[in-house]
Amino acid sequence: MNPWLVALLRALLILLVMLLNGAMAIYMLRKVLGHAHLRLGPTELGPAGLAQLLADIVKLLVKEDRHPNRSDRWLYIIAPFIVFVPSFMTFAFIPFSNKLVAANPDLSLLMMLAFMSIPPLGIFAAGWASRSKFATIGAVRAVGGMITYEIPLLLSALPPVMLAGSMNLQAIVVSQSTSIWYVLPCLPSFIMFLICAQMETSQTPFDMTEADQELVAGFATEYSAMRFGFMYLAEFAENFVMAALAVTLFLGGWTLPGISAAALGPFAVLVFVAKCYILIFLFMMIRGTYSRYRVDHYMEVGWKRLLPISVVWIMVFAAALRVIAMLKGGA
Amino acid sequence: MFQQIIIACFLVFGIAFMLLALGLSWLLSPTRPTKGKGITFECGMEPLGLPWVRYRSGFFVYAILYVIFDIETAFLYPWALSFGRMATNWFLLVEMLIFVAILMAGLLYAWKEKALSWH
Repeated sequence: MNPWLVALLRALLILLVMLLNGAMAIYMLRKVLGHAHLRLGPTELGPAGLAQLLADIVKLLVKEDRHPNRSDRWLYIIAPFIVFVPSFMTFAFIPFSNKLVAANPDLSLLMMLAFMSIPPLGIFAAGWASRSKFATIGAVRAVGGMITYEIPLLLSALPPVMLAGSMNLQAIVVSQSTSIWYVLPCLPSFIMFLICAQMETSQTPFDMTEADQELVAGFATEYSAMRFGFMYLAEFAENFVMAALAVTLFLGGWTLPGISAAALGPFAVLVFVAKCYILIFLFMMIRGTYSRYRVDHYMEVGWKRLLPISVVWIMVFAAALRVIAMLKGGA
Repeated sequence: MFQQIIIACFLVFGIAFMLLALGLSWLLSPTRPTKGKGITFECGMEPLGLPWVRYRSGFFVYAILYVIFDIETAFLYPWALSFGRMATNWFLLVEMLIFVAILMAGLLYAWKEKALSWH
């Protein structure tokens, strides 16, 4: 078959997954946050408020697209692309099951992390180009956030790489299915990863860039209609990608302990998605429970706690691996 | 080559989808610009002063440190890969311990000099 055709079909499939996830996540967020606040969330449209999703999409499509007249026109138009397209591209590397992975290069983990670090630049561009005070502050905070969480995030993904001896996500999953889930030997990394994931997706304890009560809507204040929709679609996509990465690196991906890949068959996808949504649920509960950090505290947590702990932990982990190898092999 | 084609396809497809959706929105949505709609939001007032506020970037020093540590992380990835494959090698471990210890000494110095707090 023509490789371009295959690639196009895969992109189409992943796009559907991404849109479905966006719709699901918005509904889920409203319901979970609603119940966390002792409210009911959406109930009016359709059974249990499910048609609210459609209403939201239609609303975003038919709203007037407003341009603030002193914005930096070109940057203002390009910024949603810089936010949305890379977060769509990270989906290409997620191993949904042993066969369902769109792109599977040897360094897929590294590629994924690389694409994941582009959207904050788009957020900065959006806030800067809007030429609004609130948006500018949100934009500067986005950069501050990025230089805070990125290093601990990258470092906490290292121990699974050491254990699996590969940077291919599929290989990491397979090597977990033959040993144990890496959450057990790398528990500190897992916790660190979850904290950094909250920072990366700017969820409430760390939502510096949009902080509703302080900055109206932060970087997205001057955006409206579909451009605004894309910013938030990208955010929900990142949420899913972070959960998927945590599941892949630490929670055994699409495998279940004691069941072979052949026996699992097509249910592997369901296992993977279920694990992801459990983690997303956890993120949402944290979002409903904790209050926001102050912006300087946020940076201090990143630099004075997460970074030293993760560096020291990696060295301890490597030394432990070395000692275990010595005890086993006697080299 | 196949992997690159897929990634290129994702890039093109993502942009195309956005253009499509924005085009649809452009077709469906009304356009009635008024003077008020073009004004940047500032809690309902006419915007005061310059839009690009002077925002004290208290994290300027962080940004410099970030560059150093980001490069360190870039070094750690290939190291972790080869360490995972031959964990019986003492040299790999000690070498990286020395490299990281020098960097951590730098971080501790910055910490002690209060570069890691806003003041």
